[in-house]
Amino acid sequence: MTKNNAFISFQNVNKFFGKFQAINDVSLDIDHGEFFSLLGSSGCGKTTLLRMLAGFEGVSSGEIYIDGQPMSGVPPHHRPVNMVFQNYAIFPHLNVRDNIAYGLRKQKLSRTKRYEMVDEMLELIKLPEYGDRKATQLSGGQRQRIALARALILKPKVLLLDEPLGALDKQLREQMQLELRALQKTVGITFVFVTHDQEEALTLSDRIAVMSEGCDLQVDTPTRLYENPVSRKVASFIGTMNFFDGTVMSIKDGNAVLKVDGLGEVSAPAGTVPLLAGNTVSVAIRPEKFLLSNKKPAGAQCSVKGQLNNAAYLGERSHYYVSIEGVPQPVAVSAQNRDRAKEAEGQSRPVWLSWDSTAIVVLKDV
Amino acid sequence: MKSGTYIKRTNRPLQLYAVLFLIALYVPVLFLPLFSFNDSIYVKFPLKGFTLQWYIELIDREPVWASLMNSIKVGVTTSIIATGFGIFAAKAITRYRLPGRGPVVGFIMLPLVVPGIIFGVALLVLLSQLGVRLSLYTVTMGHIIVCLPFAIATLIPRFEGFDKSVEEASADLGENAWWTFWRVTFPMVFPGILASLLLTFTVSFDEFIMAFFLSGTDATLPMYIWSQLRFPQSFPSILAMASIILLVSFILVFLGQWINRGAQSGSLESE
Repeated sequence: MTKNNAFISFQNVNKFFGKFQAINDVSLDIDHGEFFSLLGSSGCGKTTLLRMLAGFEGVSSGEIYIDGQPMSGVPPHHRPVNMVFQNYAIFPHLNVRDNIAYGLRKQKLSRTKRYEMVDEMLELIKLPEYGDRKATQLSGGQRQRIALARALILKPKVLLLDEPLGALDKQLREQMQLELRALQKTVGITFVFVTHDQEEALTLSDRIAVMSEGCDLQVDTPTRLYENPVSRKVASFIGTMNFFDGTVMSIKDGNAVLKVDGLGEVSAPAGTVPLLAGNTVSVAIRPEKFLLSNKKPAGAQCSVKGQLNNAAYLGERSHYYVSIEGVPQPVAVSAQNRDRAKEAEGQSRPVWLSWDSTAIVVLKDV
Repeated sequence: MKSGTYIKRTNRPLQLYAVLFLIALYVPVLFLPLFSFNDSIYVKFPLKGFTLQWYIELIDREPVWASLMNSIKVGVTTSIIATGFGIFAAKAITRYRLPGRGPVVGFIMLPLVVPGIIFGVALLVLLSQLGVRLSLYTVTMGHIIVCLPFAIATLIPRFEGFDKSVEEASADLGENAWWTFWRVTFPMVFPGILASLLLTFTVSFDEFIMAFFLSGTDATLPMYIWSQLRFPQSFPSILAMASIILLVSFILVFLGQWINRGAQSGSLESE
């Protein structure tokens, strides 16, 4: 049995391919009914982790539990999981109906019952009347739905999805994201979703594990991952982040006073990281937490003067790059274009940046 | 055609070369059917006149039918066994991590380049040492060795041609290796299997050297043809028979290639 009552539990899992360590001591728990994403760039081990869950790769050490059962030595066809493959892996020699009914053989159902279940599934994935089509005649989005139906018809305890939306064009992908999320709510099955697309992960997931080089860096809700990253790696992987070097001056009532290069003396919530006076830290601020103004702002808690040297107009918002004395990289600032943007907006000029002290994230690694 | 893209331009010299090549390859062969309809027992120009006499004579000859049946028996058995072995070999070569895969494939393909006479003599020595009597069984054995590379060469592209994730998908959907093979792998490589059966049958049917060394009292068709070459009066009938064999071989091989043409042409119901 697992030590805790998580539905899926990776415990100190390692995986070696020859000398290469693909998974480095990963322990994480996934709850029942959760939409859980493994997020990372290619080669970070997220797909390996998923394939280990499906049983296509063994664990080199450690143990994976699904619903309390250890999975070592359990072959893929005996695991209570089903997978949606990256390229969908639709059987090209079968029509849509037989593709979806593929896994039902062992249940020894009558043909009528089987076809009834398939029709239900076709209804669910919004492709009724498609049963007699050849699988090879379908578009990418349709194949993806067939792959989903083929897995869901077996009512698995866990559905594994290996970048299932990667091959679709942007519009279809966004539509499928919504459908996928709605589907997961309807069927109530635990989804484990692999993606390299952070936006996709943030949109879909209840919780996300950010992976890099075989390790899980942070497992958290989308909001906490974005607003409270625990390390520079996570902070820079999710969205854009400005980093400043700083030193802790003092800690008082959960607030830290920091001396930050370029920004001067600032106060920030100390957060969850244990800090001591004298620690060197990274100070991180998201681009949209800055307020850009042409004059020194009156009411803002903190502000600094800089030189605007570059701007990119993106329609609903603009990106500005402001150089501040004492900061090597230009600071990225993002602002909604609430007023009509003017051509002159991007001109090089002195500007003021201001921010609330709550916007600052203090990270211990430099 | 003049405005074709760079890579698809027509190339006159290459076209001419292709035509000359085909002529050099097939014109000598076409003399067989030509003289098989000639009303003379001498194979020489000028042609005398049209006749079906030699074909009719062929039908009346008892040993022709006996040797034909022998060849068919050997051919069918050979093609089934060689293709069966070929399926396992091709699956092993393409699907599993095989230590020394390169050399293994090389050795399997060796009979393609080793002269048949060497294999024939070697098998003959081995069999006589073991005290095995020569018969159609020993011929079949020799033919399996000759045909195996053809079977594997036909099947490997089929196995390589489909994504192995469909086999994983089958396992994921609850089927073990056995059922996965029958429900996914087999139907998907089926055109390749048919092609391999047709090709190996043709190779076995036309094979002479192995049969010459390894047959006992029962002759195969090519051996019968060879034995008849000494008799001038039966030569035109041999030409007639060779023409038929040529036509049937051509049809079988062509059919095999046609069946095996596309990677996704096999559509079979899974009931």
